[in-house]
Amino acid sequence: MTYEPVLTKYVREPNSFTLDFFLKHQGYDGLKKALGMQPNDVIEMVKASGLRGRGGAGFPTGLKWQFVDKKTEPRYIACNADESEPGTFKDHVLMERNPHLLFEGCLIGCWAIGAKVAYIYIRGEFYHVQKVMEAELAKAYAQGYAGKNILGSGWDCDIVIHRGAGAYEAGEETALIESLEGKRAQPRIKPPFPAVAGLYNKPTAVNNVETLCNLPPIVLNGAQWFVDLGPEKNGGPKLFCVSGHVKKPGTYEATMRTTLRELIYDYAGGIRDGHQLKAVIPGGSSVPILLPDQLDVAASFDDVQKAGSMLGSAGIIVMDETTCMVWVARNLLYFYKHESCGKCTPCREGGDWLHKILTRIENGEGEMRDIDLLVSVGGNIAGKTLCAFGDAAATPALTTVKHFRAEFEAHIREGRCTLPADWRASRAPVGAH
Amino acid sequence: MSFHPLMVYDEAHFHKSERATLDEAGPFTFTPERRATLDEILTKYPPDQKRSAVLAALYLAQEQEGYLTANAMRHIAPILNLTPAEVEDVATYYVMFFRERVGKYVLQVCRTLSCALAGAERVTEALSEKLGLRVGQTDPSGMFTLLEFECLGACDRAPIVMVNNEHWHEKATPESCARLVDDIKARGADALSGCHLCIEKR
Repeated sequence: MTYEPVLTKYVREPNSFTLDFFLKHQGYDGLKKALGMQPNDVIEMVKASGLRGRGGAGFPTGLKWQFVDKKTEPRYIACNADESEPGTFKDHVLMERNPHLLFEGCLIGCWAIGAKVAYIYIRGEFYHVQKVMEAELAKAYAQGYAGKNILGSGWDCDIVIHRGAGAYEAGEETALIESLEGKRAQPRIKPPFPAVAGLYNKPTAVNNVETLCNLPPIVLNGAQWFVDLGPEKNGGPKLFCVSGHVKKPGTYEATMRTTLRELIYDYAGGIRDGHQLKAVIPGGSSVPILLPDQLDVAASFDDVQKAGSMLGSAGIIVMDETTCMVWVARNLLYFYKHESCGKCTPCREGGDWLHKILTRIENGEGEMRDIDLLVSVGGNIAGKTLCAFGDAAATPALTTVKHFRAEFEAHIREGRCTLPADWRASRAPVGAH
Repeated sequence: MSFHPLMVYDEAHFHKSERATLDEAGPFTFTPERRATLDEILTKYPPDQKRSAVLAALYLAQEQEGYLTANAMRHIAPILNLTPAEVEDVATYYVMFFRERVGKYVLQVCRTLSCALAGAERVTEALSEKLGLRVGQTDPSGMFTLLEFECLGACDRAPIVMVNNEHWHEKATPESCARLVDDIKARGADALSGCHLCIEKR
């Protein structure tokens, strides 16, 4: 734990979100340096750093920029600030407490790919954050850090904050573009990828907030500094969100050498008193569960994948022994059923069916064959949709059955939940679901 | 008359669309201030891409009327070079737009996993009892609406109750929510403290 945070170093200090504070701590120095470099050299530098997208897929950012069609004008950066993966809350902290770092990252990105506008698509529920950002952005414009003739370089670039309106699917890059265009947030068929035909059919790079926030330190400190911070191909600072049954839920910055166990026990204070760890979802609700004996792996994109799950958006959800896994699956399937955009049939219908079957089991009306039916329906969603949402929706059902089949069987045999925890409602949920 | 020998097209069997249409409500025109705000937002997008401002326009309409009406769709459409159907298409997709009249204070409890692990079900239950409402209902006086909401992205401060799409009440408990309701009744909007996120205070 000797690592000193880079992105969130000052977030606990009052006024850390202001332009004055930011300028006192190397603010916009990365942009100054980048503007003195050729755009292509910036892309090469980011490629050399091995920076991987922090939104979930872990795709190399430099490569994404290289793919952007440089012959077509105009080009755009679309910053994905639609943070809605259950268990993820890292971008919220960055935007509320360090918004200028994001603006600086956006501008460096625009310089690199030759864009004149960066659209920050922020989820509608973050309106309190948006207000902070808009006030700070106005200051940045007034002092020449954005807008016309940035830092006297003669280069113009605008940043626009665009408010979403509540759609998980808008976090998918092509759905985000659709939503920016004023349509329903539904994914597009790929190819063409956004790098060729994105926003308004123009070349667009869609990057996550945390990804863009990593750019100023990369430009300032060099690619090698970034590489050296983590395991091979997993360099740099990383934000981890730990929530659920831990003593100190929160966003923690560490390198990807840190193990999942360290994040849960050292950073987040361990499991609440008197309880034991039962299961961990390491990368937001869309990824498979890991069991307590699988946590001694580095929390990097590659190592978590080797352990049988995914780092995803690094939303680590911790559950103790009081958690009923049928209930977990049903809770998450309600989410996926509710948020499915409805474009692809397997996800739209399948999510609904998974939720129906899980509700049946949860209410004690299930049959033994329902367990295999869950696996069958889940298997017919995963990999059969336009975007990764389908795989994500099937995962909670498939992974809970895989690891906790006995709990499903007990539910069906006993006709009731065998683990009715005290933190759940005492009677059937009052909601419509 | 029947188009298919095996299908009965009488009153009882006739297929009725389940599409919920928006209220007509009264005539709708943006107030001059809101129209000016929208015109300013439009400058942020390319001139031939006015459609990009549709979410912003819908937010303004909702702010003005409390919810979205058919007349609001008709008013917004020509401003953005769209048809009213295209505006409604967008309006009915996003969960933050209310398609029927809601209370003055809309209480939205996050119900997704991390909040649920921290007791969101009990918070919803307590609010339901306190207000005498089921989820999705509005009380007869038009003061409160109780809703459930999907992950708000604040799992470290779970459970969250969001009020009116904007004000977050964090680390909610059944007791704190009952107090919040009493407080809103007593002090109105002043009871909404907005986001409590003050990391430095933690």
